[in-house]
Amino acid sequence: MRTIPTRRRRPAPALGATALGAAGLLALTACGGSGFDEGGDTSSDGGSSGSLSVLIGSSGDAETDAVTAAVAAWSEESGVEATVQVASDLTQELSQGFASGDPADVFYVSADQFQTYASNGSLYPYGADLDAADDFYPSLVDQFTYDGELVCAPKDFSTLGLIINTSAWEAAGLTEADVPTTWEQLTDVAGRLTTDGQVGLGISGEYARVGAFLAQAGGTMTDAAGTEATVDSPENVEGLTYVQQLLASGSAAYAADLGTGWGGEAFGTGAAAMTIEGNWITGAMENDYPDVAYQVAELPAGPAGQGTLQFTNCWGVAADSSAQSDAVDLVQHLTAADQQLAFADAFGVMPSVQSAADGWKEMYPEMTAFIDSAAFAQNVVNARGAADVITDFNAQLEGLKTGDPAAILGSVQTNLQAVLDENAS
Amino acid sequence: MSSAVPAVSGTPAPGAAGDPTGRPGPGARRPRRSRRGRETTSGWLFLAPMLVILGLFLVVPVLMALWVSVSDWNGRGSPFAGDVSFVGVDNYRSLLLGGGLATQDFGTALRNNAYYVLLVVPAQTALALFLATLVNRKALRGRGIFRTAFYFPSVTSSVAITVLWLFLFSASGTVNAILARLSITGPNWFNEPRGVLHLLLAQVGVDTAPAALAQHGFLGIPLWEWAAGPSVAMTAFILLAIFTTSGTFMLLFLAALQAVSAEVEEAALVDGANARQRFFRVTLPMLKPTVFTVVTLGLIGTWQVFDQIYTGTQGGPAKTTLTPAYLSYTAAFQNNDWGRGAAIAFILFAIIVLMTVLQRVVLRERTTIPRRKRFHPEGPR
Repeated sequence: MRTIPTRRRRPAPALGATALGAAGLLALTACGGSGFDEGGDTSSDGGSSGSLSVLIGSSGDAETDAVTAAVAAWSEESGVEATVQVASDLTQELSQGFASGDPADVFYVSADQFQTYASNGSLYPYGADLDAADDFYPSLVDQFTYDGELVCAPKDFSTLGLIINTSAWEAAGLTEADVPTTWEQLTDVAGRLTTDGQVGLGISGEYARVGAFLAQAGGTMTDAAGTEATVDSPENVEGLTYVQQLLASGSAAYAADLGTGWGGEAFGTGAAAMTIEGNWITGAMENDYPDVAYQVAELPAGPAGQGTLQFTNCWGVAADSSAQSDAVDLVQHLTAADQQLAFADAFGVMPSVQSAADGWKEMYPEMTAFIDSAAFAQNVVNARGAADVITDFNAQLEGLKTGDPAAILGSVQTNLQAVLDENAS
Repeated sequence: MSSAVPAVSGTPAPGAAGDPTGRPGPGARRPRRSRRGRETTSGWLFLAPMLVILGLFLVVPVLMALWVSVSDWNGRGSPFAGDVSFVGVDNYRSLLLGGGLATQDFGTALRNNAYYVLLVVPAQTALALFLATLVNRKALRGRGIFRTAFYFPSVTSSVAITVLWLFLFSASGTVNAILARLSITGPNWFNEPRGVLHLLLAQVGVDTAPAALAQHGFLGIPLWEWAAGPSVAMTAFILLAIFTTSGTFMLLFLAALQAVSAEVEEAALVDGANARQRFFRVTLPMLKPTVFTVVTLGLIGTWQVFDQIYTGTQGGPAKTTLTPAYLSYTAAFQNNDWGRGAAIAFILFAIIVLMTVLQRVVLRERTTIPRRKRFHPEGPR
């Protein structure tokens, strides 16, 4: 019996251990706290030491390989090590990086996230350091300007064009001269292309496609200064009403209603004879629907002339990066005209610099409509917090066929104005 | 107890002196107390690793998130840095009372999830119990196979099974092909935002909102929208949840059923109870603790639904599969509105706690059996 208490006494020093454990816990939590703290003060030294990490959101192997090769070539030249990482969810990984104070040095920033990151100081504004800043398309520079300065260099851009299935076109008895240049002609050819099991025009039911019609009607989402929402303007109502008429006539349909995921799929599977997509569709056509012959035309003009939407990304450099000068140097290399043409060759993107436009047209003579559309392209809304508004707009657009265009635009107007007011305050 | 602790640490190091029972002291109670003290110590010692892990990975992050939910942290650097300020309940207020898009989204997410919970929890519980009674039968041949088959969806990755579901319920998918055989035109499941209740009401001619429902609202959305019911897309997710989780809960019910002794059943049989009475008046009341567990787990799981939404629809079509958990994720990670994201998470937490407490009250053990539930209505003789 006596041995039992003796044995049980062993844990006596364990109290110390428990206390130690508790202290350790405190120490660890303190660590956790301070780990969060780091980076706040490392931000400003723009030294040029260590290696660079590049975080990209890739469209596929072609893009990954091309970027990796370009970065490797720069490393060779500059002697600075750099690694390319592909994010599976770029927005999420960037957010985590900024929160931890240890983000990647160079990364893609999409236009709709740009204002958010620029406003909280996550991005290092280096536009002034670039040699060829004047060569970028002015509308792209607008997109990435915050507080009057160019924050990050446009990486490349895309515009929307009208994609036409040539065999369906011929089957409907249409010729080259029938390619629509006005809304009336678009209505007409869409009707003639509509057959049993094929609609004339199949598009994704979202602002990023439907918005092109608003631009053609002369509408915008905000005023030039970006402080007042102009969503419920008569021009926008006219544009959206036209889309509604197209949908109601049965000669146009949303891709989702055709049982497909996006316009390209509706087009590739033959559910739609025409679609409105950007130049990324070429990759999908090549991989998934190599047998479908198609041509690309500029979008038809509305009452206010031609209009389309453009989408772009920029090369962000982290404010918390410890190698900012190297990072800017890398971006300089990546946005040079010849490097952009190399990217264009590898995965079809359109260069963000005007001097490369002719080279691109030579490379893709059948796609010139896309790059020519840059002349009348409108930027998409990118105000901080506007992503929610656009999501809501998209949700409402799904019900456009039976909905009231003015009511839809009215609610978006209210929501967007609230966001803009909040940003201004 | 705590007074015993110094006594322990006050004793000489082990091995240096004899055991406490040999020491002169304030009587016979002392050794017992110090022994209990030592047990306490060793108890804490054994708990320590878990406390450290839980504290580090649960309590501390939860407290951090609580701070974020009442701060204006914008996602850059530490939420405890000097430039982050306390904004009180602003994030909560804009979510619940703001009336703007944030409130509307949150209201929509709550509505969607409420219908999801309302349909999934009772259905999965009933189905699980039904399956358990089936495979509990001794007469059933190949019980093992059935048990495995019913449990199988539970061990499959939810992402894989969601993708499978997307294919099954696509516009030209298997489900619609089967419906077509029955001369029914199936809906475009995951792209159909219309609510099931709205569709049913449209059948009886009510397709626009009555004025009373259109004008009044709650959390930024009109009552007519609250009454929409789950959308067709959400219905597909509801079926998915019932399909995948009933197997898990079947296992719990099966274990409980096997603990019900045959004598009880036999006694009821002798008393002249038929099969229906034996199940509802004898077996089911004995399974009450398991029902409580299953409903609790079901409530928690369904209020937190995220991965199916993330892989499947991302809130679409027309936001009808948006859930608070997914909304919290997008608010924080995609819109960098970390305060709002954290606030949504805490409101969701409050809802789950409330629901659990509520059902605990409803299902609590009563000392007397309500008259209508008695096998002998007059009471035991």
